[in-house]
Amino acid sequence: MAFEGLGERLQATMDRIKSKGKVSETDIKVMMREVRLALLEADVNFKVVKQFINQVKERALGSDVMQSLTPGQQVIKIVKEELTELMGGDNQKINLSQKPPTVIMMVGLQGAGKTTTAGKLALHLRKNFNKKPMLVAGDIYRPAAIDQLETVGKQIDVPVFALGDQVKPQQIVTEAMAHAKAEHLDTVIIDTAGRLHIDEALMDELKDIKEIASPDEIMLVVDSMTGQDAVNVAESFNDLLDITGVTLTKLDGDTRGGAALSIRSVTEKPIKFAGMSEKMDGLETFHPDRMAQRILGMGDVMSIIEKAQSTVDEDEQKVLQQKIKDQSFTLDDFLEQMDQVKNLGPLDELLKMMPGANKIKGLDKMQMSGNEIDHVQAIIRSMTMEERENPAKINASRKKRIARGSGRTLQEVNRLLKQFGEMKKMMKQMTSQKGRKKNSFGNMGLPF
Amino acid sequence: MSFLKRLKDRFQPNKEKEAEEQSAEAQHEKLDDGLISIEAFEEWEQEQIGYKFKAGLEKSREKFQNEINELMARYRTVDEDFFEALEEVLISADVGFNTVMELTDELRHVAKVENITDTADLKETIVEKMVEIYERNDDLPETVNIQEQGLTVILVVGVNGVGKTTSIGKLAHKYKQEGKQVMLAAGDTFRAGAINQLKVWGERVDVDVISQSEGSDPAAVMFDAINAAKKRGTDVLICDTAGRLQNKGNLMNELSKMKNVIQKVVPEAPHESLLVLDATTGQNALSQAKAFKEVTDVSGIVLTKLDGTAKGGIVLAIKNELGIPVKFVGLGEQLDDLQEFSAENYVYGLFADMISNAEEIDDSAEDEV
Repeated sequence: MAFEGLGERLQATMDRIKSKGKVSETDIKVMMREVRLALLEADVNFKVVKQFINQVKERALGSDVMQSLTPGQQVIKIVKEELTELMGGDNQKINLSQKPPTVIMMVGLQGAGKTTTAGKLALHLRKNFNKKPMLVAGDIYRPAAIDQLETVGKQIDVPVFALGDQVKPQQIVTEAMAHAKAEHLDTVIIDTAGRLHIDEALMDELKDIKEIASPDEIMLVVDSMTGQDAVNVAESFNDLLDITGVTLTKLDGDTRGGAALSIRSVTEKPIKFAGMSEKMDGLETFHPDRMAQRILGMGDVMSIIEKAQSTVDEDEQKVLQQKIKDQSFTLDDFLEQMDQVKNLGPLDELLKMMPGANKIKGLDKMQMSGNEIDHVQAIIRSMTMEERENPAKINASRKKRIARGSGRTLQEVNRLLKQFGEMKKMMKQMTSQKGRKKNSFGNMGLPF
Repeated sequence: MSFLKRLKDRFQPNKEKEAEEQSAEAQHEKLDDGLISIEAFEEWEQEQIGYKFKAGLEKSREKFQNEINELMARYRTVDEDFFEALEEVLISADVGFNTVMELTDELRHVAKVENITDTADLKETIVEKMVEIYERNDDLPETVNIQEQGLTVILVVGVNGVGKTTSIGKLAHKYKQEGKQVMLAAGDTFRAGAINQLKVWGERVDVDVISQSEGSDPAAVMFDAINAAKKRGTDVLICDTAGRLQNKGNLMNELSKMKNVIQKVVPEAPHESLLVLDATTGQNALSQAKAFKEVTDVSGIVLTKLDGTAKGGIVLAIKNELGIPVKFVGLGEQLDDLQEFSAENYVYGLFADMISNAEEIDDSAEDEV
């Protein structure tokens, strides 16, 4: 990626300043320029940037940045705090009505991801809130939009209310509301057609639908890759409909997502969800602090840890830690570990979330799509249980057999055994260093 | 003659020509009795396209104009504050970050060398530099590579939700209108309803659609389609693909497999590989263009949703930094709202008022003399 994170930018500036010993007001100005450029590069709207910079500058000048030994880090800290604050502190939950049905209306530009998000939201509400959702096909304009929603409904087993594309959306919603009541469905999610925020006729249609359905949640769906125009879009939808929440989609891409900050700042409405994949379970609650780091190009460690926690069984972890402690970690345990890593998702995506990972050259080209893990696993699976317990037993003829059995080369078998040996050595060192409690996972060097 | 004047003359036909056009228009009104000549019709058509283009950009243009004019009014002298404000105006049009920096650095240099202190004196240079940047890779073909003889394969790629399928529908309509036999390949076997969406477009513009069921291998669809196209003597085969984010390695590999399959049957295909970009996209468009270029050797860009308030300035950066020209722009939801792109028109659209304003200033200055 061509982008540099704010961390690297400020570091470079600091390196220049360092020789002078003390930080002056001019230096702060220079640093602010770097912050400004980093934000502009991340697609934050320039007006928002300006406002933000003034805020940060004031704080930086007033605080002890200038006396600090690490002024660069101080500035980053202030920027991160202000950014998180601006993006709404803690994340906000979806509005649910006390009196059923809860009505959620999805709005946004074409191609933002309304229909997909509608499906994800239905699944989310059923899974986490035990709701009985219904999807309403209100997009009569785009060819096969109703088809799409119906297919999504089938995938997640949620009923879809559709009247074809010859009935006005207002009419569809009116009937849908009656239908939901009759069928005792407690959540209605209305999918609407994508529209340009300057298309008055279509925007009026949304106003009509709002009046008919009186939704508890009007969810503006915005593509996280949106540039400077995000402000205009969010403003128009908010002015007309008084939206209640925002979902940012396609965040699994490599965009820095500065649009999040722009939207938040002009609408002052909370960003509630983040779309993270094309799959129906790819909807995550939005975390302002993580988004702040992402916008600044500082990676998202929290998400990785959470992902790891949700896939790795805690009890298994304890057993594993014990094994590492008394050095009884075998190739078989290693095999299991790799399965867990694979469950985390494609490795290359995980790596991209790591801070500084965008600086590693060629990472984007590296194919870590699980193939390598598969190979290593195949090699281990071609060993007998005895061999897995005690790799020292594996002599030349056994190695040959393993290589043949797994369809890999002798060199690969050798490499794996060598690396496993080194890994065990490392574990021994780790456990002997007292007081260093760390996730076994984090310290484990994978042998490839 | 000043640069702006030259630019203006390029776009504004002289009086005689205007009169000619008016008569062409008058002739058009009598179109019913079939008296209009083909040339006159073509000219009229050309004018309509120009009009549509201008209308589509009207809103963006107005805003951009106001911003530049305001900037000039606010900052009378050329200083760092002025350049910073100028950077913001350009960035607000999503002109790529590096391109903006390059542009303003050049302007800083010009201002210094030529000792320009009045911002108004820099206005012309700004436009000139922008046109220059866009024209830098001018040897790139802006026309679509349609084969005179035999099959032309157009592969359409892009991230999710940019308008690939809609653009394909419009493209199919365009080539059908030109009397070509068109076929579509439903290569998006992943997204719910995508195949049907393409089929609806196929019915609308009355062209064949080759498809398999949802979830099947898109490369197999390509293989079927390209063989069918060869057998039926199709002129233009347009291949739809599923939207994919450019950082997903496995999905990008799938795309390269599709391309390989196509090349097995027709080695010189795809003749065009079009990347569809949403005009509202910001800096990430560069990353998209780069990644897709590596995999499918993108030969042109379709810029969609330009009828909104987004200015799609990122295309300047894409052409500047990656050498990929824009070939089509989407200016609305109608079948014929996909227009061939002209860089001159685009830049003119952005600076139209500024150019005529400058002209007035020029004129009045001359009057005073």
